[in-house]
Amino acid sequence: MHTIEPAPIRKSVTVRASAEKAFEIFVNGMGSWWIKDHSLTESGQKTVVVEAVAGGRWYEIGNAGEERDWGRVIACDRPNRILFAWQLNADFDFDPALHTEVEVLFEAKSENETTVVLEHRELANYGAKAQDVRGMLDSGWGGLLASYVAQAA
Amino acid sequence: MTYENRLFAALADPTRRAIFERVAGQRQSVAELARVMPVSQPAISQHLKVLKEAQLVRDERSGARRIYSIDPEGLGPLRAWLDRFWTEQLAAFKAAVETADDS
Repeated sequence: MHTIEPAPIRKSVTVRASAEKAFEIFVNGMGSWWIKDHSLTESGQKTVVVEAVAGGRWYEIGNAGEERDWGRVIACDRPNRILFAWQLNADFDFDPALHTEVEVLFEAKSENETTVVLEHRELANYGAKAQDVRGMLDSGWGGLLASYVAQAA
Repeated sequence: MTYENRLFAALADPTRRAIFERVAGQRQSVAELARVMPVSQPAISQHLKVLKEAQLVRDERSGARRIYSIDPEGLGPLRAWLDRFWTEQLAAFKAAVETADDS
């Protein structure tokens, strides 16, 4: 069996803010900017909570008060870096057996400019969990199809 | 065509999807694929070309043969979905930071 090592997803964005402020909003204000459609809650997303310590919870709270886990905080070094375990599978369901990592670095360019670098890695675990490509393909395909239809509408 | 539309077009064809799934399961040559697929070898080559352009598969020379495998830079729809997901999230984050009160 030929295993594949998918390359990590790497993204960066430069914001007009100090590293401290960027970190604060990213981590402690996640509920203020997270796109509410990206939610596991039944009643709609009220907010997102990041417990910014190693071993801390990472979860969202629905409008009806229900909590949905997303993963964990593996490491946190304010205001430079936070490392999450992202445990949502390709169907956007929480799976405690799935381990992917999201690392976010805050690199100060000046007093009021910070580059935020995000890396989502260990993506091969999606494939290992799926056991076959079809499940992965179908779930990814569903989202892709939906967005394509939305674009074409 | 955007990357996403290329991907969509590449996987819209059921034969092409079947070829992609076979290559994803195990790296193989066109001849090996032709033995198990109900289509001609030239047709398979054409399908592989489309999959390659969509960054779903890559090929490497092995003597006179070309061996196809999943492109680890591609990984298809899941990766494309995650890629778009984080792009949107970071854009939303930037907007929130830059409109936040400097309190």
